[in-house]
Amino acid sequence: MGNFDGDSGTVFEQSYATTNGNGRVAGANGIGNGAANFSPPEKQELLSQRKFSAPAYTEIRTRRCHSKPTNDAKSPSLINYHPEKKSISNGHASVLSESKPNQAEGKLSPEQEHFQKTSFEEVPLHTACLTYLGFYLLMILGYINQLLFVPKVATEKGREGYVKLYDAFESFYSRYVYRRIKDCWNRPICSVPGEELTLKDRVTDDYGWSFKFTGTETRCLNLGSYNYLGFAAATGRCADDSEESAQESGLAYCSSRCELGDNEQLQELEAQTARYFGVEDAIVFGMGFATNALNLPSLIGPNSLVISDEKNHASIILGLRLSGATTKVFKHNNMRDLERVLRQGICYGNPKKGGQPWDKVLILVEGIFSMEGSIVRLPEIIALKKKYKAYLYLDEAHSVGAMGSRGRGVTDYFNVDPKEVDILMGTFTKSFGSAGGYLAGSKKLIDFLRTNSHAHCYAASISPPIAQQILTSMKTIMGEDGTEIGRKKIHQLARNTRYFRRRLAQLGVITYGHEDSPVVPMLVYLFSKIGAVVRTLTTRHIAAVGAGFPATPIMEGRIRFCLSAAHTKEQLDFALEAIDEIADDLGLKYSRKPRDPNPVVY
Amino acid sequence: MVAIQLFNEIGSIFRNTPTFALVLETLLVITVIWLLLHRRGGGRRRRLTKEEEDQIIADFEPEPLVGDTDPDHPLLRTRIVQSKVGKQIRVDGHDCLNLGSHNYLGFLEDQEILDEACKSLRKYGVGSCGPRGFYGTMDVHLDLEDRIAKFMGLEEAIVYSYGFSTVASAIPAYAKRGDIIFVDEAVNFAIQKGLDASRSTIAFFKHNDVEDLERLLIEMEKRDQKNPKKALKTRRFLVAEGIYMNTGEICPLPELVALRQKYKLRLFLDESISFGTLGQGGHGVTEHFNVDRDEIDLISAGMEGSMATIGGFCVGSHFIAEHQRLSGLGYIFSASLPPMLTQAAISALDRFEREPKIFEQLQSKAKTLHQKFSQFSKLTLRGNELSPVKHLYLAQAAENFDKELKLLTELADKCIARGVAVVQAAYLQNRERQPVRPSIRIAVNRLLEDADIATAFEVIESVSNAVL
Repeated sequence: MGNFDGDSGTVFEQSYATTNGNGRVAGANGIGNGAANFSPPEKQELLSQRKFSAPAYTEIRTRRCHSKPTNDAKSPSLINYHPEKKSISNGHASVLSESKPNQAEGKLSPEQEHFQKTSFEEVPLHTACLTYLGFYLLMILGYINQLLFVPKVATEKGREGYVKLYDAFESFYSRYVYRRIKDCWNRPICSVPGEELTLKDRVTDDYGWSFKFTGTETRCLNLGSYNYLGFAAATGRCADDSEESAQESGLAYCSSRCELGDNEQLQELEAQTARYFGVEDAIVFGMGFATNALNLPSLIGPNSLVISDEKNHASIILGLRLSGATTKVFKHNNMRDLERVLRQGICYGNPKKGGQPWDKVLILVEGIFSMEGSIVRLPEIIALKKKYKAYLYLDEAHSVGAMGSRGRGVTDYFNVDPKEVDILMGTFTKSFGSAGGYLAGSKKLIDFLRTNSHAHCYAASISPPIAQQILTSMKTIMGEDGTEIGRKKIHQLARNTRYFRRRLAQLGVITYGHEDSPVVPMLVYLFSKIGAVVRTLTTRHIAAVGAGFPATPIMEGRIRFCLSAAHTKEQLDFALEAIDEIADDLGLKYSRKPRDPNPVVY
Repeated sequence: MVAIQLFNEIGSIFRNTPTFALVLETLLVITVIWLLLHRRGGGRRRRLTKEEEDQIIADFEPEPLVGDTDPDHPLLRTRIVQSKVGKQIRVDGHDCLNLGSHNYLGFLEDQEILDEACKSLRKYGVGSCGPRGFYGTMDVHLDLEDRIAKFMGLEEAIVYSYGFSTVASAIPAYAKRGDIIFVDEAVNFAIQKGLDASRSTIAFFKHNDVEDLERLLIEMEKRDQKNPKKALKTRRFLVAEGIYMNTGEICPLPELVALRQKYKLRLFLDESISFGTLGQGGHGVTEHFNVDRDEIDLISAGMEGSMATIGGFCVGSHFIAEHQRLSGLGYIFSASLPPMLTQAAISALDRFEREPKIFEQLQSKAKTLHQKFSQFSKLTLRGNELSPVKHLYLAQAAENFDKELKLLTELADKCIARGVAVVQAAYLQNRERQPVRPSIRIAVNRLLEDADIATAFEVIESVSNAVL
């Protein structure tokens, strides 16, 4: 796990160097034509956008002169916003301008373009050493702690002489390492997870073994929930429709789709989903996680080869495990490695069957990788998939709604025909503010799933208010409700994303991922800094998510910000100011890249 | 000094060894080296040249992604429910008495629960927009977990957002490769998937047959005596359902508990049906048999039956249940249960505690229906008399399961047309561990009147006489 970063880091650096050197177009000329093809009006917009869109990740300037313009960039209204003082109006519609977020600079090949906008900056050596040192120190202290003090943890009663239930390391890790920053996760909230949320304050008197509620609440700016398009709300059209649906059809069907759980609403939802993506048919399920875990086994069997990105989500990995297929992993978003693995896989066949050819080869990738913030290289993958006659399964859990000018996900973002992707998968939890998942594709595929999907046959069908939320929000995004709300939301998210990422880069912190991805991981490396940053942010009324080992490699502790269309510029400035100060205090400004001295225009 | 001594020692070994032995050993070393290098370099086959690779890729003819689906496949045709689900239901345009939805306590019709859920919607919105770890934990979730734990008299409960994923995530959180799980062969599909995910060794015993289970356990004991080292590391689990979804039978819990103690197994119970239906207070199969709940290591249940919402939970001691918060895949990596559905579960628990007589009502309805439905002339009934889930099979077996399914589907269709909603149980026959005999799955609703049961009996009897 740990050495991945070095490798792919160099790949990105290389492609960056070649583009900057003499404009030589390296590699993959023919592959993909996604982002570079624009119709004339879009091009015009792009040109006008170019004036102020100096890519923060690449522009070479001196480091010293950044601080002053940064201060200038802070808007005067910044002081006005505070989650606990609700004085200002959040009129985000008023700050909308008609400029489209730019997607490409004409002259670069799409692949180079993509890499240029994707940042995976390498960690400074001394930080790497410190991180490992810090981690091992934590472990050693943990072991000493375990030896000296009787753990306060519950012990098993009435099971003397049984084989131990837990792996020793696993329980050690959760008790003596994870416990130290346990308070940064599972924080209870008591409000809508919208652009702001209300934390229920809790304290621990015993270093994380247990928590007590203080009875107070803290209003925070929400940079942690997956509320990309801002459909999480307790009022408004979606909530009204959901309530009406609940009153009309009840809360559940208490049956599976194949028994007495099918209804017109779900059929409408499936038709709507298919229309949304411009494919023939779709099938929906009650849980996003189960959509992967319970459908992959129907699609692939033991004589199938699956080529999976190393950063794929746990639900995919579980689905693959259940399917019994052979899985080979390629380096994160690295097309050369994907091609190498594909070639080898196909040429040498199934080793368990003496090199017999595979039944089928499936490439499995995500649209936006939730921990990395990177965007899949879809055009190249489609080219490779065609070249090697493989199939493509695209998990758009985070990208559907959040990517593309029409919110249709990464196919829309790259202007790729969705029919080029064999299986489109995604969830309704995030951009649609609901719950559940879908699979979309050809009629043949969906019919097969209707007769073979575990979730379709055995699991409960979607609850009516949940389905209604998806329907209403999807119609809003598509503009079928007759308003511009959906389009504006998509636009606002794209703008927020650009702004926030550029400002962060300007601050000098290391962020991962692509410029257009609303998932923004900020690297803090050290285990202890995850806790420190999350806690300090909370005192500044900002809710963000930390992620560390085992969710990420030991080296790469990070804070993740998820942007939303519901955020306003004032809110983002408020957050950025806090992050700036915290980054200074805790030493998070690791980036050695030159910073853009010009103020970032919203 | 030490080095010189060592050198002399080695020298003397060489001098004292006969030449043939030296030659033999050298050859051996060369063979080992050759084998190692050969494996690494050549792989399973010799390396291909670029042209050969291109040729193989050009010749590669993958199967289509999915096979063709028979347009008449029984699962392609679903029935459309056109009303709120309750004692009455509108299916495909027919108003019917509902004997198909697993709404045992009739809570889907309960306006109070619905209103409380809607109030919750107005406070929290619809979705939770995040997994439990990342701001997806709302106070209602913690509340529900507390309430379930208290209701069951156990230390800790953990709520999942999907019934299917509850038990399917709980089993692999504990059982790993190398462990052994003893399972009843009739367990539902969710458990089967949990077993698959655990990668443990699975030993199936005959449905509700304690002797068969003991036979397997004795075999295990013999194996353990042969290999005591391995036995010390092998965790053993016993997995059963409270009431079996696929048969309607109650598990012989006291006997299972006795075996659990004798052979040091850990007992996991799936109470998706029995929770909220069995026992005086609806506490499930443990209360039914008056077994101490500490004897069970982990109880899991879906909330998609008696609680009439979505999701599921696991409940047990703190030591056991807490582990899933870091190891239950479906818990960590899935968005949390929508708050309004969580609230519905809390409201259902309120009703459980406020009106414990509903369980007795349900059980007496189940008994009445059992007595009545045992009298079909062409159908046989299976299931415990107290169970709200029962199965009707053809009394005279047809030549194969497909044929039986066809007949049962026809029977269900005609019953629906005549105002009694019953459905054939849906199975993925090719994915189940072993094919399950087709049946009509009857779900008893607390609100059924004796007259309703009599009507249903007459309709089904007359339809079955006509169809079969």
